[in-house]
Amino acid sequence: MTGVESPPAGLRVRCRRWLREHVSYAVSEFTAATALVVLFIALSLASPHFLTADNLFNIGSQTAVIAIIAVAQTMVIITKGIDLSVGAVAALAGVVGALVVRDLGFSVWEAAAVAIAVGAAAGLVNGLLVAGAGLPPFIATLGMMSAGRGLVFIVTGAVGVYSLPESFQLLGNGEIAGIPFAVVITAVVALAASCLLSQSRFGQYVYAMGSNLEAARRAGIAVRRNLTAVYVLAGALVGLGGMVAASRVNSGQPNYGIGLELDAIAAAVIGGASLFGGQGRIAGTLIGAFLIALVRNGSVLLGISIHYQQVIVGLIIWAAVYFDQFRRRRLEARG
Amino acid sequence: MSATGDAARPVLEARGIVKRFGHVEALRGADFAVHRGEVVALIGDNGAGKSTLIKVLSGAQPQDEGEILVDGRPERFGSPLDARRAGVETVYQDLAVADDLSVAANLYLGREIKRTGLPGMIGLLDKRAMRRGAAEALEQLGVRIPRVTAPIAMLSGGQRQSVAVARAVVWATSVVVLDEPTAALGVVQTQRVLEVIDRARAAGRSVVLVSHNMPQVLEIADRVEVMRLGRRTARFRAADATTDDLVAAMTGALVTEPEDTAPA
Repeated sequence: MTGVESPPAGLRVRCRRWLREHVSYAVSEFTAATALVVLFIALSLASPHFLTADNLFNIGSQTAVIAIIAVAQTMVIITKGIDLSVGAVAALAGVVGALVVRDLGFSVWEAAAVAIAVGAAAGLVNGLLVAGAGLPPFIATLGMMSAGRGLVFIVTGAVGVYSLPESFQLLGNGEIAGIPFAVVITAVVALAASCLLSQSRFGQYVYAMGSNLEAARRAGIAVRRNLTAVYVLAGALVGLGGMVAASRVNSGQPNYGIGLELDAIAAAVIGGASLFGGQGRIAGTLIGAFLIALVRNGSVLLGISIHYQQVIVGLIIWAAVYFDQFRRRRLEARG
Repeated sequence: MSATGDAARPVLEARGIVKRFGHVEALRGADFAVHRGEVVALIGDNGAGKSTLIKVLSGAQPQDEGEILVDGRPERFGSPLDARRAGVETVYQDLAVADDLSVAANLYLGREIKRTGLPGMIGLLDKRAMRRGAAEALEQLGVRIPRVTAPIAMLSGGQRQSVAVARAVVWATSVVVLDEPTAALGVVQTQRVLEVIDRARAAGRSVVLVSHNMPQVLEIADRVEVMRLGRRTARFRAADATTDDLVAAMTGALVTEPEDTAPA
């Protein structure tokens, strides 16, 4: 028998190995960041309105909503799940937040707490369906997407919620030292989520469950409880995002967030989260969210129709997911 | 843990284990014993009940009848967690490692070290301590991997297997159960895993090893217990046995156990 293991790896092989080990995330984040910078420069040159304080402020708060919801989506995607209900749940949280201010005289902070609770409740249902009843995340959240949107129309009578006090705009249009309040909220959310995922035990379990659910179970991790908790947490963030979105337009819009799930998924995947589970970072997701917001904003400034915007986002999603699969295949063909 | 016990008393013992799946009796009064610091190979033909016995010993499938004793005390293994609490760690054939997590994170999966004080109370991990602990443990067991921060997905099959075995050895206070740990490995990789088993024995752990590889069994094990038709039919000291003996026992041509322990 000449059963000798592979001979000492050559320099090239070792370099490749090192690269793959260290840059798996960095590659997608770097690619996305490069695209972001290129797009930013291109838009600055193409439109005189782009690099204005007003527009940047606008992009900031627009990115904020997508980013908060994409952070939620990222956590779910890391567990090998997907949340299609984020748009509907954001709309539900937004209109409920607006309603309690208008009809019950809640303060904007109390309304935000209610919106977060609404989102968390929807997340709990998602979580119980996935972790408890064992439904595929795609189906569980597809149901919530429909049920949530239905509830939005029921509670609003399919009419927007208007006549809100000025103070309602604080989260979406307010500012602190010239920085949009929404951006500050996003920064806090992103920092907390990033720390949770990378430094905490819960975060470790999120990756473990997405990477190998059976291994997590055998390691004694309470997978049902932890998986449900991921959906609850994601729902709470979506609720917050919905409230910020409602606050931006100073009203509760029943039709808000249709297609938002695609933006959120795209942002996460562009930033390096893998639909196969076990991989994803908040930093990448932020870059992805910013990129999507820029595409949307730039299209408006350049007068590109909203229909083309959707085509562009679709192309970006294809590219990102293809890249994800390509990366996975390379990883699996290790050696 | 009271490491010292009666030397003659097995650290893990199964007596008269019966396990039925519907009308099929996979185990019909199976006995098994492993002593401290001993490597015992469990062999038998396909369908002899090895895997079922392993699942009973690891708590994955509780037995219908019979008892399990740990250090002479009867224990009820209702779940893998019960077995782990009693100091029995199992490595299944499919390994069950999380590919995206680092080697260190896998070693500590489910047993993470938290930071002290307030950061620990809010669930923050002491990653440095885990890295250090993982590196030390792997070093002691002679497991060579590039870095403990490397994701498991980056390792070769033998390295992954070694890490899985190492994890079990590190946490097992008494017995490590290995189900076909080298079935999918090449010669050199197999040798590495056997070295880990050797070191585990040297560190005072007991190892139960399921294997089909007779020469390997005789090389690594101190004793061999042979199962046939859901019962233990033969026991050998590895030093005294030959491959022919083992095969004879597996096929029923050689029986060393008294027949009267068999149920009617």
